[in-house]
Amino acid sequence: MWDYSETVKDHFFNPRNAGEVASANATGDVGSISCGDALRLQLKVNPETEIIEDAGFQTFGCGSAIASSSALTEMIKGKTLDEALKVTNQDIADYLQGLPPEKMHCSVMGREALQAAIADYRGEVWKDDHEEGELICKCFAVDAVMIEDTIRANGLKTVEDVTNYTKAGGGCSSCHEGIEEILGKVLAERGETFDPEARAWPEPIASETIPAPTAGKLTNLQRIKKIEAVIEAVRPTLQADRGDIELIDVQGNQVMVHLVGACAGCQMAGLTLGGVQQQMMEALGEFIHVVPVAKKPAPVSISVRG
Amino acid sequence: MDGIYLDNNATTQVDLEVVEEMLPFFTEQFGNPSSMHQFGNKVGFAIKKAREQVQSLLGAAHDSEIVFTSCGTESDSTAILSALKAYPKRKEIITTVIEHPAVLELCKHLEKEDYTIHYLKVDEKGRLDMEQYQKLLSPEVAIVSVMWANNETGSLFPVVEMAEMAHAAGVLFHTDAVQAVGKVPIDLKATKIDMLSLSGHKLHAPKGIGVLYLKRGTRFRPLLRGGHQERGRRAGTENAAAIVGLGVACELAAKHMAFEQSEVKAMRDRLQQGILDAVSHCFVTGDPSNRLPNTLNVAFEYIEGEAILMLLNKDGIAASSGSACTSGSLEPSHVMRAMGIPFTAAHGTVRFSLSRFNTPEEIEKVIQVVPGVVAKLRKLSPYWSENGPAVNCQTSFAPAYA
Ligand SMILES: Cc1ncc(COP(=O)(O)O)c(C=O)c1O
Repeated sequence: MWDYSETVKDHFFNPRNAGEVASANATGDVGSISCGDALRLQLKVNPETEIIEDAGFQTFGCGSAIASSSALTEMIKGKTLDEALKVTNQDIADYLQGLPPEKMHCSVMGREALQAAIADYRGEVWKDDHEEGELICKCFAVDAVMIEDTIRANGLKTVEDVTNYTKAGGGCSSCHEGIEEILGKVLAERGETFDPEARAWPEPIASETIPAPTAGKLTNLQRIKKIEAVIEAVRPTLQADRGDIELIDVQGNQVMVHLVGACAGCQMAGLTLGGVQQQMMEALGEFIHVVPVAKKPAPVSISVRG
Repeated sequence: MDGIYLDNNATTQVDLEVVEEMLPFFTEQFGNPSSMHQFGNKVGFAIKKAREQVQSLLGAAHDSEIVFTSCGTESDSTAILSALKAYPKRKEIITTVIEHPAVLELCKHLEKEDYTIHYLKVDEKGRLDMEQYQKLLSPEVAIVSVMWANNETGSLFPVVEMAEMAHAAGVLFHTDAVQAVGKVPIDLKATKIDMLSLSGHKLHAPKGIGVLYLKRGTRFRPLLRGGHQERGRRAGTENAAAIVGLGVACELAAKHMAFEQSEVKAMRDRLQQGILDAVSHCFVTGDPSNRLPNTLNVAFEYIEGEAILMLLNKDGIAASSGSACTSGSLEPSHVMRAMGIPFTAAHGTVRFSLSRFNTPEEIEKVIQVVPGVVAKLRKLSPYWSENGPAVNCQTSFAPAYA
């Protein structure tokens, strides 16, 4: 049996807003039949105010799929469409006092149905762009597709790399065999072989032994531009997790950043920073040490939009 | 504990008689059967007796053909890996698509080590194609492994005939009989089966005890080497209490075999009829005319299995499902998919598996509860409207699938 919260059970046994909405003017149908879930969300939207006056769902799915649908309808009733669109799948899971990692996709489905229904109301076409694979890391709910894509996009070579970029494998570590298998498969596509004994680059090096590059390849301005670019590139991912990152200062090879929101208190903050650090080193071709700092701009700070 | 337990293919309640017999082996006779002193002197005899009780239930020719292991999974792994070690030139295995993960996952892993695995397909009722099987048998094949009965549908497979065919081709034959032992009569000495796996917890013995039957003369390589236990075929100090328990459980299974074949089967048939009469759009999966007497697997269309189980559980009824969601995997049961059951039905499969401890009153209660559970979930389903599947449910509800 799954370890469902009392709220999940309550919404499953006593679903709210089940069934069709008589005077609905927006419908979102989404699903993933292979994982056994399909959801129809119907909304009655006030055309004047764009307030969702009524919402109803029909779900083919497991206990948490039904509970997520029920919770979603409760959460969005009375909201405007724009407010409703701010509801994330994490919000749905939080509303339900959490979902097991295997079941997070149920809350994703809820959010997608909402997007689809609102697109329907606005006469737009909504396309599902997320693909789901076998769940590999149960500690952080990371699936195979996500791991494969990240390995490909970043040319990753070790389990440690994968953990730095995706968090997968950063918890109990029982999925490392699975991650190694994916690495083997993706590396084979590039004609390489997976070397289980390869170390993630670079070895930790005492920062003072690395001279802060000054003249030579990049000017200071070029370096900061590149650092900013990396920060901008990772922000959407962090924002999806309800976090954010802000550049505070650059001193030599030290890049001071401020972690915001969910990322800050997260036990995985170190891994997130590891991933950012890795990307900066790749962009700059030099050793970079990313240091989390409290938001207290130093006098010489380069101010970047927060 | 109150409640109606219809999940006996997952595991069974240990029979109280079994528990009784086991207890002294935790407290008084806790010694190592290999030791020379009084604390273990009865243990050796008790294990010998248990071996004979297992031998008798299986109809094995010799008690030395019984090797105690830690579970069904260990027996399966031991059998298959032994054949590969004993016949290193043979690089092929024949098995089926509907095996338990204990065999399937091992075979998938062996594929990565460059073995060729032939997975026999099944038809819509879960039956094998004997011609395909005959064609695959060759001197390249190290072992055939086919289950005696399927854990999800209860379907029985013609393992006795298949073992004959394997032998005619000079190939070893193993069967995973974890679901069959204790539920159907078995007489191994009259067959060509070389190896057979069983697991105690499926026949009212405790969990963590299994047997590998090894026909005398079968070439064998142990999985665990070490002490001389089990004549060197499975090292490790014997789980004496569990072995004693399994022996008693085998004797009781033999005693209750007729009951299983008549009374338990009658309850199962009544359950099936009661459900099919009261619920529309559901069907029995597998081969109803050729299955274990205790198993009923029903696919309820347009609803999902985990939700069904949660509602049944609220009424004190325990069953299990082939839906993806109950396992945390993304795919519904490989057995249902192999039989070509559509996704909307495969996700709604529920397995009711009975035992001699169930009563006709319990079955009537389940027949009363199931229709309401199905109706409640269908009311929530986008594939369902009022009294039947949504008209043109294929076109009227066609969600954007990932
Ligand atoms: C057909 C079959 N084989 C093997 C097993 C595994 O047995 P055990 O749990 O003793 O390892 C099971 C039980 O789940 C089974 O049903």
